[in-house]
Amino acid sequence: MARTVTTRRKSLNTVLAWAVGLLIFFPILWTILTSFKTEAQAIASPPLFLNFNWTLENYAIVQERSDYMRFLWNSVIIAGGSTILGVIIAVPAAWAMAFVPSKRTKDILLWMLSTKMLPAVGVLYPIYLLFIRLGLLDTRGGLVVVLMLINLPIIVWMLYTYFREIPGEILEAARMDGATLKEEILYVLTPMAIPGIASTVLLNFILAWNEAFWTLNLTAVDAAPLTAFIASYSSPEGLFFAKLSAASTMAIAPILILGWFSQKQLVRGLTFGAVK
Amino acid sequence: MYLKNALRAATALTFVATAAAHAQSITIATVNNGDMIRMQGYTDKFTEATGIDVEWVTLEENVLRQRVTTDITTKGGTFDIMTIGMYETPIWGANGWLVPLDGLSEEYDVGDILPAMAGGLSHDGTLFAAPFYGESSMIMYRTDLMEKAGMEMPEAPSWQFIKEAAAAMTDRDADINGICLRGKAGWGEGGAFITAMSNSFGARWFDEEWKPQFDQPEWADTLNFYVEMMTESGPAGYATNGFNENLSLFQQGKCGMWIDATVAASFVTNPDDSTVADHVGFALAPDTGLGKRSNWLWAWALAIPAGTQQEDAAKQFIEWATSKDYIELVAESEGWANVPPGARTSLYENPEYQKVPFAKMTLDSILSADPNNPTVKPVPYVGIQFAAIPEFAGIATQVSQEFSAVYAGQQTVEEALEKAQALTAEEMEAAGY
Repeated sequence: MARTVTTRRKSLNTVLAWAVGLLIFFPILWTILTSFKTEAQAIASPPLFLNFNWTLENYAIVQERSDYMRFLWNSVIIAGGSTILGVIIAVPAAWAMAFVPSKRTKDILLWMLSTKMLPAVGVLYPIYLLFIRLGLLDTRGGLVVVLMLINLPIIVWMLYTYFREIPGEILEAARMDGATLKEEILYVLTPMAIPGIASTVLLNFILAWNEAFWTLNLTAVDAAPLTAFIASYSSPEGLFFAKLSAASTMAIAPILILGWFSQKQLVRGLTFGAVK
Repeated sequence: MYLKNALRAATALTFVATAAAHAQSITIATVNNGDMIRMQGYTDKFTEATGIDVEWVTLEENVLRQRVTTDITTKGGTFDIMTIGMYETPIWGANGWLVPLDGLSEEYDVGDILPAMAGGLSHDGTLFAAPFYGESSMIMYRTDLMEKAGMEMPEAPSWQFIKEAAAAMTDRDADINGICLRGKAGWGEGGAFITAMSNSFGARWFDEEWKPQFDQPEWADTLNFYVEMMTESGPAGYATNGFNENLSLFQQGKCGMWIDATVAASFVTNPDDSTVADHVGFALAPDTGLGKRSNWLWAWALAIPAGTQQEDAAKQFIEWATSKDYIELVAESEGWANVPPGARTSLYENPEYQKVPFAKMTLDSILSADPNNPTVKPVPYVGIQFAAIPEFAGIATQVSQEFSAVYAGQQTVEEALEKAQALTAEEMEAAGY
């Protein structure tokens, strides 16, 4: 009897999980479906789900109008560069906070997080003026630095949480065996924290990929990433939903594929130490 | 032999470097709408003729506004040409942020620009932006539903007629709403509509002393009339409907009438997108007999930010893109219905263009709008659906949010007007008026 209840509960949980998953995924699915409709079908009422004349016309138009590969390449460089740079800076910082904490470590961590509470637009003008002075407007390098700084508190926090799960005695043993600080971090700490570092990298890559405020405000032509590509298809005066959906699908496709292939790593990293 | 090759290589490099130095390139920030996208398609012809390359940065209207404002106020120099509207042009021109468009060639014929457009894009008589296309607002209505209701649309109807016609055309069972109007918060969305409508009811934003006027009966009359009519004959959830939502409803045959931008005429009469393309009529925006109609005036125009390093090239582009020749180029390839409307007098004198069904009504609507004299009572500002002062966008956005809350049934007209009066007075005082 108990076994039946367990099986039933399991089935129920599975159905519930699928329902929630599909609900969350539905807007993305709808965007993808709309991208294959004509503009008239995109606004049809009642909405057309699968019974419409599928067309690739929107993708052809988007491809003809925009240099997709240039936007994509900029996104890869900006998101990848800011994530790698952020991790390089955050690993030693998180190491110090996790293994050599001071009285103020918790305060510093909270202060770092508090910088995320300021609305981005509050510092738009100072940063814009700095970019003009340094010649960084519309450059990928400038955006790599800005996005790295924006995501740095999250990277430090995540790595700090993972590092705290690693027994300090292992690092001590390495030190007693004559490992230098660099060797300790590179050859002892990092291999043990790989799942945590991988999920940090993935999450921050996604955050940087989707970042739309700074990438729209600090770029024009040369460094414009996929967020600018999508913004160019949005219009308050004219129904271009099908084209906008095609552009959106093209913009999210790479990150969707990356997320799909790395989901195990991502989940493992995000739940690291959660059941202790 | 080695020396000879080295010399050849050096000469070749010099040529390449010289060519690169001469290859000019301009960057243009623009909005995503049909006419602007079409222009991007013809840019190669400009490059062929002048050797000037053009880079486009296309953004959504509100994003573009923020982006170009940041750049021009910090003298960022990212753009050589900006697409701006009638609201920004006189303010930015007065601040010295734009290059005056004087010294344009004779063939360009500045005098051909519609006076209402030239006036709205100038400051102290100096033109600061050239209109690429202009628009007003007008009534688009279903001729079949009007006939079914046993009514006939006058060329210049009153609000009372519109209200009665809307009620007669409404058929809730058939999902037909007599009238669709903007209710969405935002100074350029529902805010623009209600401001233009209020002009016809005798209301105004400020008196001659810059005192807010929301405590005057004309504003209460406007809002009460709007809410009553929309409750009776408007679509459900109209508080969140903007241009696109109403366009979608109209194209699907769910609106008897729609009062909005003249540019929508080409969308609702296009059989590829509209199910009612063959049954659309046009009329002037309504009035209440006080001498002002409820239509607005707007233009998307090309301007050169002060501080650009490419002033001459930018001027050359503007002359090309807003010329009579460009209009003919589009007409030749895509037909007269697709040329950018509302900018030049000569377009409306062209017999071919006069055959376009919405041409006359668009011109009449534009001509009946006077941004320098927008209201029944005198006002200290320029602009019909806006007041051309820097503070307006922020204030009007908040006020339109209060109005949208009324449409959504969250507060009364009196409460909204009281809040609008208080917040406008506070902002204006803080701004030093």
